Amino acid sequence: MRRPRRLVTFLFWCGASFVTLFPIYWMFVISAKSRADLFGRPSLIIDSLNWANYAATLSDPTFQLYMLNSIIVATCNSLLVTVLALLATYALSRFPMAGKENIFFWTITNRMAPPAVFLLPLFLLYTQAFTIGDWKLYDTRIGLILLYCVFNLPFAIWILRGIIDAIPKELDEAAMVDGASLWQILTRVILPVARPGFAVTAILTWVFAWNEYLFAATLTSVHARTITTGLAEFVTVTGTNWGLMAATAMLTLIPAVVFLGLVQRHIVAGLTFGAVKE
Amino acid sequence: MRSQRTAWLLLAPTLLILFVFGVVPFIYVLVTSFLHWNAFAADPTPRFAGVDNYRQLVFDDQFLYAVWITLRFAFFAVVSEIVLGYLLARLMMRDFPFKGFFRTIHALPLMVAPIAVGATWRLLTVPGLGPLPYLLEHFFGIDYRIGSYPTQAFVTTVIMDIWHWTPLVTLTLLAALSSLPREPFEQAQIDGASPFQIFWHITLPYLRPAILATVFIRMMDALRTVDEIWMLTGGGPAAATRYIGLYIWRVVFPKTDYGYGAAISLITLYLTIVLCWLLYVSLVARKQKKGSF
Repeated sequence: MRRPRRLVTFLFWCGASFVTLFPIYWMFVISAKSRADLFGRPSLIIDSLNWANYAATLSDPTFQLYMLNSIIVATCNSLLVTVLALLATYALSRFPMAGKENIFFWTITNRMAPPAVFLLPLFLLYTQAFTIGDWKLYDTRIGLILLYCVFNLPFAIWILRGIIDAIPKELDEAAMVDGASLWQILTRVILPVARPGFAVTAILTWVFAWNEYLFAATLTSVHARTITTGLAEFVTVTGTNWGLMAATAMLTLIPAVVFLGLVQRHIVAGLTFGAVKE
Repeated sequence: MRSQRTAWLLLAPTLLILFVFGVVPFIYVLVTSFLHWNAFAADPTPRFAGVDNYRQLVFDDQFLYAVWITLRFAFFAVVSEIVLGYLLARLMMRDFPFKGFFRTIHALPLMVAPIAVGATWRLLTVPGLGPLPYLLEHFFGIDYRIGSYPTQAFVTTVIMDIWHWTPLVTLTLLAALSSLPREPFEQAQIDGASPFQIFWHITLPYLRPAILATVFIRMMDALRTVDEIWMLTGGGPAAATRYIGLYIWRVVFPKTDYGYGAAISLITLYLTIVLCWLLYVSLVARKQKKGSF
């Protein structure tokens, strides 16, 4: 009785997955074609794999710099955010503090502001106020690393709050009685117990930093540009080289695909701020 | 050891960064919005302007148009995503082979960089290159060129947003559906209620908090969409898809009219907060009535 229904649902999800995957598959097709084969009747099949676009992108020094910048910015931001969030969340979770729920809520609201609103003040601050002598925060990696904390820290604190609250207080109280310092409690008790949660937090903040475009495009010009701004540059120039753009876009979404399976279950809680618990 | 002082020390780095990169820019934009300050003007020094900048934007047709199309975009995108996401969540509730695998595939767009989503859809829709113009031309005789037709460009941005964010709705509603109690549904079936009656009188009231929360989050995100639209249409043709974020970024900001740009940024923030507050109030009102959320 139930078999046909199972089959129909299965086939439906095959179709839905096709809709999800097709745009990305199409991008792969474009990226694997030579410039001469692009136009004409669209063909969904790749006749012969052509890695020229990937080779061209990966050997371009500008692109290499963008890629390196993205990796450095995302990694440093993710590490910084995870460490700071651990400290902050531990304070919010374990210490008696006046108005700590208000602090918690205020932290979260930082993530909700539309980024476009802050482009103008941040641009002015980065070019005119946040300077030491000739050195400006504008067009530096550290500028992006610190700025990304504004949306990644609230996210990390939100995720870690649930995790650290769930660790029994007796565990770190016992360690405290044994004379462990605060640092030892954090690194020897909390961190090992909550390792999966920290991994998810680190990965998701890494991906968010990697994916960010608007601030990177506005607050950098040459030295600190990231891969997403590089991708956008393909379009603003007249006579877009579609094959190259597709290859770069494919490289941009590699981390998303690699990490998807690991963090898939936590994306929703993360993106909805726990409004819906799974 | 669990003193207030230690707690504040632990919180200090976080609060400092959020203050410098979150609060300071906000104060800065607030102050700037009351200044005449144009870097390219004859007199580039900032002067106090009172509410001149705000007076100006009330009559700025381009700004009002950007607000209007942003609301229209957010409305169509979010409504479609909720309806589609609900149906998909229902289908995900069923039992079928490779469920976990399909669930993972379905979540993929959520992880993809918005700028790459824009690039993907650009490649689908470029005339002469993408399959969409080709298929629409050959099977439906539609001349599909989002670079020329405003309506097509608008609809395409909405569809792109649906592709990108429906999975979020599906997965949130799936979580809500999985936690529904069974008894009311069994009771309703015994009482002979029709499927529509069950949906309208039982499922929907139970799901209301989850749906509202999802609408709230999706609305906030849709109102600030920039990256993928910029990549897909560049805000065009003309200003047909130049939503508010794009307008600030590509029109107001490069003009170096900082005072006016600040006023527009601030009003945008204000409108976003008001809209979200209205949604939030409807959530909280429900929370107090039902006693759970």
